[in-house]
Amino acid sequence: MRPFLHDGLTLYPRDRGGPLQPLLIARDLRKYFPVKGSGGKSVKAVDGVSFTVRKGETLGVVGESGCGKSTLARLLLHLVVPDAGELVFDGDLVDTHDLPVDALRRQVQIVFQDSYSSLNPRMPVRDSVAFGPFVQGKKKRQARDIACEMLSKVGLDPDLYGPRYPHELSGGQKQRVNIARALATEPRMVILDEPVSALDKSIEAQVLNLLRGLKRQFNLTYLFISHDLNVVRYLSDRVLVMYLGRAVEIGPIDAVFEHPLHPYTRALLASRPSMDPTRRIGEAPITGDPPNPIDPPSGCYFRTRCPFAETPCDKTDPALGIWEDPQSHVVACHMYDRASGHSRQANV
Amino acid sequence: MGRYVLRRILYAIPIAFGVSVVCFSLVYLAPGDPLQTVLPPDATAETIAIVKHAYGFDKPLPMQFLIWLGRVLTGDFGVSIATRRPVFLEVTDALSNTALLAMFAAPIAFLTGYVMGVVAGCFPGRWLDRVVTGAAVMGVSLPNYWLGIVLVIVFAVELMLLPATGMGPSGSTGFHIYEWSSAKFLVLPVATLAMIPIGILSRTTRAAVAEVRNQDFVQTLHAKGLSEWAVIRHVLKNSLPTVMAVMGLQFGYLIGGSILVETVFTWPGSGFLLSKAIINRDVPVLQGTILTLSLVFVTTNLVVDLLQSLIDPRIRRG
Amino acid sequence: MTDYSSVIPAKAGIQVDEASAMALDSCFRGGDDLIFEELAPPATRVRGYWQSVLYRLQHDSVTLVFAAIVLLIVLAALFAPLIAPFDPYKESIVGRLKPFGWRGHLLGTDELGRDVLSRLLYGGRVSLSMGVVPVLCATLIGGMLGVIAGFLGGRVNTAIMRTMDVFYAFPSVLLAVAIAGAMGGGIGNGMLALTMVFTPPMCRVAETATTQVRALDFIEAARASGASTAAIIRYHVLGNVLGPVFIYASSLVSVSILLASGLSFLGLGVRPPTPDWGLMLSTLRQSIYVVPLVCAIPGLAIFITSICCNLVSDGLRAAMDVRM
Repeated sequence: MRPFLHDGLTLYPRDRGGPLQPLLIARDLRKYFPVKGSGGKSVKAVDGVSFTVRKGETLGVVGESGCGKSTLARLLLHLVVPDAGELVFDGDLVDTHDLPVDALRRQVQIVFQDSYSSLNPRMPVRDSVAFGPFVQGKKKRQARDIACEMLSKVGLDPDLYGPRYPHELSGGQKQRVNIARALATEPRMVILDEPVSALDKSIEAQVLNLLRGLKRQFNLTYLFISHDLNVVRYLSDRVLVMYLGRAVEIGPIDAVFEHPLHPYTRALLASRPSMDPTRRIGEAPITGDPPNPIDPPSGCYFRTRCPFAETPCDKTDPALGIWEDPQSHVVACHMYDRASGHSRQANV
Repeated sequence: MGRYVLRRILYAIPIAFGVSVVCFSLVYLAPGDPLQTVLPPDATAETIAIVKHAYGFDKPLPMQFLIWLGRVLTGDFGVSIATRRPVFLEVTDALSNTALLAMFAAPIAFLTGYVMGVVAGCFPGRWLDRVVTGAAVMGVSLPNYWLGIVLVIVFAVELMLLPATGMGPSGSTGFHIYEWSSAKFLVLPVATLAMIPIGILSRTTRAAVAEVRNQDFVQTLHAKGLSEWAVIRHVLKNSLPTVMAVMGLQFGYLIGGSILVETVFTWPGSGFLLSKAIINRDVPVLQGTILTLSLVFVTTNLVVDLLQSLIDPRIRRG
Repeated sequence: MTDYSSVIPAKAGIQVDEASAMALDSCFRGGDDLIFEELAPPATRVRGYWQSVLYRLQHDSVTLVFAAIVLLIVLAALFAPLIAPFDPYKESIVGRLKPFGWRGHLLGTDELGRDVLSRLLYGGRVSLSMGVVPVLCATLIGGMLGVIAGFLGGRVNTAIMRTMDVFYAFPSVLLAVAIAGAMGGGIGNGMLALTMVFTPPMCRVAETATTQVRALDFIEAARASGASTAAIIRYHVLGNVLGPVFIYASSLVSVSILLASGLSFLGLGVRPPTPDWGLMLSTLRQSIYVVPLVCAIPGLAIFITSICCNLVSDGLRAAMDVRM
């Protein structure tokens, strides 16, 4: 596989839409999981999320556990079928004649969080990596060669580690195998669902650097999901903050991290422990548990924990704001919406 | 909890229905006409048609099934071809004899098997464990009909201590448990019947006890300073649900699967009735016995499940 | 490009990986090139799953001994025509129910004067095949149904498993006797009855294993790679399901031998004069007052075969059931 260098000018044979077309557009994705025995109620795992991912960038997705990040990852690959909303990949609508799901899966791949259960315990890792190219049409020998090449690209000697079984590898090595497996089918985009959360800190650094290097080498686009804010900052160009299945803030990484707009983002960033003794905080920046996803609050989901909640927050659901500019920083909060009637909106 | 009970009972109903369908269709598996046993071979076509109509064999199958089902639900199992007695009476008489065996075999087997299993589970790897495990494997691999024969050889033929077959001395009026003259007929069948449950139960109990002992909370109990005896009580309590489930299943097998032992000892129970019915091709008795025995089994499983949910709170929420 | 490995002399043998390098440099945001120093891998030979099973079995002398016994029994039954001292069907009016060793009949004669040892050897063929064939059929049918039910889930799963539950509602002896009895006995019907008795538990084992495997991430990863359902089942599911299914099937063999002989004992198996252990036990039973030891022999054969199969299957389970 020839590595390309991204310079914004070259046209690639697989690039149908051109460099300005966003690689992925998600519009109003929704996924509700019905709960048995509760009389038709459902868990609103993803409740109207829209965003775009530009070619060559890394979009980070952060949020608490249970905010729907993993469901979102699976929705993007149609591993879970969305109840509503659409996906546009490089200009083609997904799950239609233009771009059927298996064609999508040749261009987008995923790396899961649990490195152990992501690999078949009865298969040598080389065969696990070769499986993707094999089912996509390559012959066994060819698939194996591709697998060996990918293993060496992620830093594992294919002769030494190829015939090994997953239980004979360490966590970091297994995750590298997963990355090799994701890249073996030459995707254009890789979704990384908390790939380093289960690893030790030193291994985490190795894997993150590997991801950066591979992205450059193979001209990839990443969607990086994590609950660890520092890791997200290290890797992402832009970030999407999720709360209870909704997107509450999107913007360039530095802008969001240095000037967070949404109260939830502010609380998240303020909860990071700091090594600076002068920045110790006396009380927790955010209290309580997230509300029940089966029965979320009316209006803005965050209002039960928001220190700035007022009447408009009960009634209407704040919209994320329209943005087209890659540098734009938008937020779903009534405080920043002139028309909402919130007392603080005058400060915007 | 009430919902679980209701759901479990409701679940048993289609199973019982399926069981009755299977019982009904067994007859039609047989080669040849079900009427063969009733009619002489040289019956005229007219006679055949009349008999067919009388028995209802000329109606379509689903209709026959529903008619049969309706009669069964009111207790009318038909009449035995061999003895001309109502099948219901035959089955209940035989079942009471089988129940007698089971009532003696069950406590003996359960107690012995449980104690053996607990002892083995508490001392894993030691000689006691090996002995118990060896005995359990033997119990499970033993053909119980052969064991019956061997016991008869030893105790009846060689030692002449116990009777070889039958339920009572010929010509006796009834079964009096408290008199040795009757009770001695019980000994060998019960011992034979108990063998396999002992083997299965000691295996299961040993596994359950060993597994519970390996769990972390047992170490916590030791660390808290509890005496060995108190810890064992906790272990037993936690391993009880699994063991109880197996006990229930074995009780069902004692009732439903006693045919081989009863044949060896000519014990007039439901299993013996079944084997006679097979030889005589006595269709109503065949259907009635199989249906009754399997429904008893289903009911036993239901009761065991409900009891288990009482003891093990984890199941109730399921 | 920062080459940290040049900072620390290679002579000291210290290898620097990126993490340590990052700790050294607070402004470090990831090198342009990737430096990976893999620590020397352990010098063990890589063994696959089945090779490790074989390895464990080779060192389990108890299981090997019992496997050898089973092999002996099988061979004896196979080569019965060559080994048997007498014709198993040849009756004798004079030499009926004779004890051990009478005129060359090592194990005595039965009620029609036939040599018990020869009948035992020939009978092994029937008994063993009635033990193995139903288990094989049940594994194929039940296994297939279980994998389908487990993988597809939903209504297909409910339909298949509820049907199996109905057959589960019968105690196995009762079901086998009922089916074999209703169909009139005979070796074919007996095998069919036993197959029907073993298919539901086998289906359940396969379904449980498949459902567990299906929930694991690598199945989703395989789907994400674009694999079809058939490819996923073939390459990922079957390999993981085969283990539990095989263990369970091996434990069923001894039960099958017991049940099959039980059916013959009740007269529902082979028809006389074909020799069969259960049938021999049944016919010799009348004569226990005459030659008790001879009458017990066929049952001993059943017992020994069953217990050896049981122990071999236990050994197999111990070798295969390892947490990986």
